[in-house]
Amino acid sequence: MTNPVRASAEPDPGVSMLSGIGVSRGFATGPAVVVSPPPAFDPAEPVATDQPAASARVRAVLHDVADGLRARAETAPDNARPVLEAGAMIAGDPALADTIEALLATMGPTRAVHEAAGQYAALLESLGGYMAERVTDLMDVRDRAIARLSGVPEPGVPTLTEPSILVARDLAPAETALLDASLCLALVTEAGGPTSHTAILAAQLGIPAVVQVHGLAVTPGTLLAVDGGSGQVIIDPSPEVRTGFAAKQARRATMLGDSRAPGATKDGHPVALLANIGTLADAETAAAQAVEGVGLFRTEFLFLDRADAPAVAEQTATYTAVLRAFAPRHVVVRTLDAGADKPLAFADLGAEANPALGRRGLRLGRARTDLLDDQLDALAAAYAATGADLWVMAPMVATAAEAAWFAERVRARGLPRAGVMIEVPAAALRSRQVLQAVDFASLGTNDLGQYTMAADRLQGELADLLDPWQPAVLDVIAAACAGATALGKPVGVCGEAGGDPGLALVLAGLGVTSLSMATPKVRAVRTVLAAHTLAQCQEMAAAARAATGPAEARAAVLALADPVLTELL
Amino acid sequence: MASRKVIVESAVGLHARPATIFVKAVNDAGLPVQVGRPGGKLVNAGSILLVMSLGVKCGEEVELVAEGDGADAQLDHLADLLSRDLDA
Repeated sequence: MTNPVRASAEPDPGVSMLSGIGVSRGFATGPAVVVSPPPAFDPAEPVATDQPAASARVRAVLHDVADGLRARAETAPDNARPVLEAGAMIAGDPALADTIEALLATMGPTRAVHEAAGQYAALLESLGGYMAERVTDLMDVRDRAIARLSGVPEPGVPTLTEPSILVARDLAPAETALLDASLCLALVTEAGGPTSHTAILAAQLGIPAVVQVHGLAVTPGTLLAVDGGSGQVIIDPSPEVRTGFAAKQARRATMLGDSRAPGATKDGHPVALLANIGTLADAETAAAQAVEGVGLFRTEFLFLDRADAPAVAEQTATYTAVLRAFAPRHVVVRTLDAGADKPLAFADLGAEANPALGRRGLRLGRARTDLLDDQLDALAAAYAATGADLWVMAPMVATAAEAAWFAERVRARGLPRAGVMIEVPAAALRSRQVLQAVDFASLGTNDLGQYTMAADRLQGELADLLDPWQPAVLDVIAAACAGATALGKPVGVCGEAGGDPGLALVLAGLGVTSLSMATPKVRAVRTVLAAHTLAQCQEMAAAARAATGPAEARAAVLALADPVLTELL
Repeated sequence: MASRKVIVESAVGLHARPATIFVKAVNDAGLPVQVGRPGGKLVNAGSILLVMSLGVKCGEEVELVAEGDGADAQLDHLADLLSRDLDA
């Protein structure tokens, strides 16, 4: 294997090691598969002198793009097939080819493809938000055609043919929808943060991931060794390093064990371990795992990419299926969490300068009570049909008045338990008042972090501020727990923090009664909880809060942890 | 010249999966077909981009127009497709 060219400035010929932020623990060694960035059109390209030949070439390229997408659709998993088929149809679209042909008279071929796609994108966008996915498909076809015309690799995630490590600048949900998870060993990206799509996907798949790896430039096929805990990426590892990684991987698997016991500390203080789910398919997969229920059922998937809100009957059928999959375990359903950053065609309240601070979550529910009422009616019908242990909570609650308003609507329908998400510092600080009217709370630590630190979750460069170990965030969580504990009401965590084994100990020490996470994370959390007493957890929580920064908080907890488990933390 | 008027019954309207199924049926038959709102601009029904750009919603009426051998049978087939919920 040839040595890869590295963009990193350090002249260190002995060891090629890069450092990033580990966002999903574990070790992996394998060949790199590189996700190519989308190509740009060539502004210096001349207008073709032979117009008919240029047109024939563009048409042939579009034909090849369509064939390529159709071939991938044939072997793709069911959920990925429609996107590929839609792409193939767009690439074969006669009107698109005609528009490009007309533009060839005044510009070069790559630019003509770019402009023609832009015209149709504008046309589709003018119809409203629900066309967004088709625009994405159209842009994908445009990028593939321009890549072929320019003689560079087609952008996006290539089809994996062997167990591989995916290397990309960043990963978007649309790209990874087509990923064959069984062949993906690890994810490594230059951009992204701890709550990025890369981190979430890695957690779902239970594979290691490292983000913010600067100077990452590897040729496809280069062997990589990835440590998702420390954030190390070793390029072309020596046989010794590879053996070492394999041993660490095996040790980790042994340490994790295969207990299916309910979550509890060493001295038997229960901390329920629950699953985060987002679709009916998730529910079916998670229900087979050793979890004590669902701590967060995101209902957005029912509402996305459609012109009208889903009817009560359709919602009822989905909720019933999820409740049945988990019975007799409890399921916490979060009502629709949409807003200006995730606009829905039928619930668009208009553009907002600061969507994260705008009419999202329950604020949208209060503006559009018809949507909330339909959802609660469907949940009540599903509850009546199953008698399941159903808990319903609202996202983005800030005040006691909002909590009471929501609880009244939930109870009016005979639903047994109403709760609120605590994502806004205001609600955390006054949890004793906010929780008065409801039965439980769930801490959304991702948003709570972004609002406490005033740092946009989607801004990869602010990853340090968004570190869930920030002592200020722990203080806010502590305040929320104190209020809930005083009232004797359950308070769970359903953000990413709940699945971090070290933070799980701190959260248990702060009084959290359940932890909800992507199911592959449950094993490590169960293991570390069972190895520490509640008193130890409380000591760790105090030490983390006394620290000056996130790194110090983590180090303080590690110093108090059972040394045998340090590798899991 | 054959034509049909039909109400689009797919819940999501004539886009996404229903549009894909409709356009595929047009192209599979090979006979050029035009589609649009009655009295409005007609577009090539073999173009997924133009069909979706019509923005036809559930419950709206569209007109199908074709010429040539088998036009009637083809339009009957397409009208039948549109009168069903293709997303169900």
